[in-house]
Amino acid sequence: MKPGHGEVLLTEGDRRVREDEERLVAEFRRQLDEGMWAAVPTENPGSGRREAEMVRDYSEIPPEAERVIFFPRAAGG
Amino acid sequence: MLLALLVLALMAAILAAPLAARTIARRRAESSKRRRIPRAAPISYDPGRERRAEQRARELLRSCVNDEEWGMYRDLGFIRVAGRHRPAGRRSTDARGTEGRGTGAVPDPEATGSVARTGEPPYAYLVYPHKPILAYVPATAQLLSEYCVEFPDISGGGATRLPASDDVLAKWMALTSDENRVIGRANMHLVGRQLDPARVRRDLWRLSEWERRRGTQDSIRIRRA
Repeated sequence: MKPGHGEVLLTEGDRRVREDEERLVAEFRRQLDEGMWAAVPTENPGSGRREAEMVRDYSEIPPEAERVIFFPRAAGG
Repeated sequence: MLLALLVLALMAAILAAPLAARTIARRRAESSKRRRIPRAAPISYDPGRERRAEQRARELLRSCVNDEEWGMYRDLGFIRVAGRHRPAGRRSTDARGTEGRGTGAVPDPEATGSVARTGEPPYAYLVYPHKPILAYVPATAQLLSEYCVEFPDISGGGATRLPASDDVLAKWMALTSDENRVIGRANMHLVGRQLDPARVRRDLWRLSEWERRRGTQDSIRIRRA
């Protein structure tokens, strides 16, 4: 998410392909280094409810995740 | 008579002359000042871009939240998120991984003597775009507190606010994934600092009516099926 732009595609690729994964990891780290938070939309297997899961490391991304959303970290308003 | 009028006109002109001279001098000074100061680059505000950004943000929000929540946002302009803490749960101050720096702590409905009905969360949040998150007790509609939180642009790209739907999505993701962290960063206030309690109560009534209509529609569909 980017102010003035909305959703912006940063990069995409297949995690099973090494070159793609390296690019995904690099972008993930760059976003976190810039101070963004990363979340993965998920679905609770028990209730079927949609929720989000905050990830702090690339390895925490669930294998079935299709996208990671980066957004500015919260601050007291 | 004519002479008198001429004298009057002459006197009026004489009296008005200093005023006119001052006005002309001031305008000349302002004009010269404007010439000296280089003009700032025009702000490239593009309403079309803002509208497109909001449209994309709405699509993203719709793809992430539950159908009920999307309908709520589309029809009412806010989303309700259930609180995750149970009365005997831990508080944000002792939760692991919390990076809280604000004054916020998750609501404690027990402290208000509120008792949740079966199946209802003990407390919930109303998430508005670009407004504080409001905590309340669904069972009694009691307003608990408002949490002022924002997601400021840290890239320095110029625009400082997310599109409205992105702001709602950011709050939704933060609340459903790590309630402690976002509430811990928020500035907590009594209801009424930024949100109008009367308007919030009206929104809660609108929400209950909206749910009643949805329930009625669902039951009608079931009966017809």
